[in-house]
Amino acid sequence: MAVPKRKMSRSNTRTRRSQWKASRPVLVNCPRCRDPKLPHVACPTCGTYNNRQVVTPAS
Amino acid sequence: MPTPTKGPRLGSGPAHERLMLANLATSLFQHGRIKTTEAKAKRLRPYAEKLITLGKRGDLHARRLVLAKIADKSVVHELFTEIGPRFENRDGGYTRITKIGPRKGDNAPMAVIELVEAAPAKVVSTPAEPAEETAAAPEAADQPAEDTTSEQTAQAGETSQAEGETKPEEK
Ligand SMILES: [Zn+2]
Repeated sequence: MAVPKRKMSRSNTRTRRSQWKASRPVLVNCPRCRDPKLPHVACPTCGTYNNRQVVTPAS
Repeated sequence: MPTPTKGPRLGSGPAHERLMLANLATSLFQHGRIKTTEAKAKRLRPYAEKLITLGKRGDLHARRLVLAKIADKSVVHELFTEIGPRFENRDGGYTRITKIGPRKGDNAPMAVIELVEAAPAKVVSTPAEPAEETAAAPEAADQPAEDTTSEQTAQAGETSQAEGETKPEEK
């Protein structure tokens, strides 16, 4: 079985982990209530999509 | 070589997948609209629409084909007596999928899948739903071109966004 020959330095570990980044979600404004929401997803604030009531908003 | 099924596999085996799709379709025909994950909704859409097409055909052979998949006889009866005739003037595109964002807990993307032609009020069982149904029904009557499938509604999204800007006080 393949095993590491050397201990990985803290520097190498941290350089690798410096690439773990969170990405900012893309947001658009709801055409009905102007609140930011995910594109192509029903608005969580007013519960509409395409001017159609899809879900009752959680409030 | 047979063409693989479009979309992700469900469950832990072919039997599990068949059962899940049959149960999802049963719930959809019973309630008119169900909330599920996006992957299941996308797999359910062609499955349910083929059953509705059989429901429109309405003969004994079609009924036996549906009964081979859906075990609940009362749901099959409803499919052939109410749901099938309701879609008489529509060639396909019987269901609509609307994404409703990630689920709390496991962040799974969720969606609502519903029958396009709104059912009369007697099918609705929960007390929260009649307000939604009545809100959705007049708009569906106003814009018959828009409520075909969700791809077409996505394409028509720009036009209705323009409408939304002209009448923001509508809410
Ligand atoms: Zn909104």
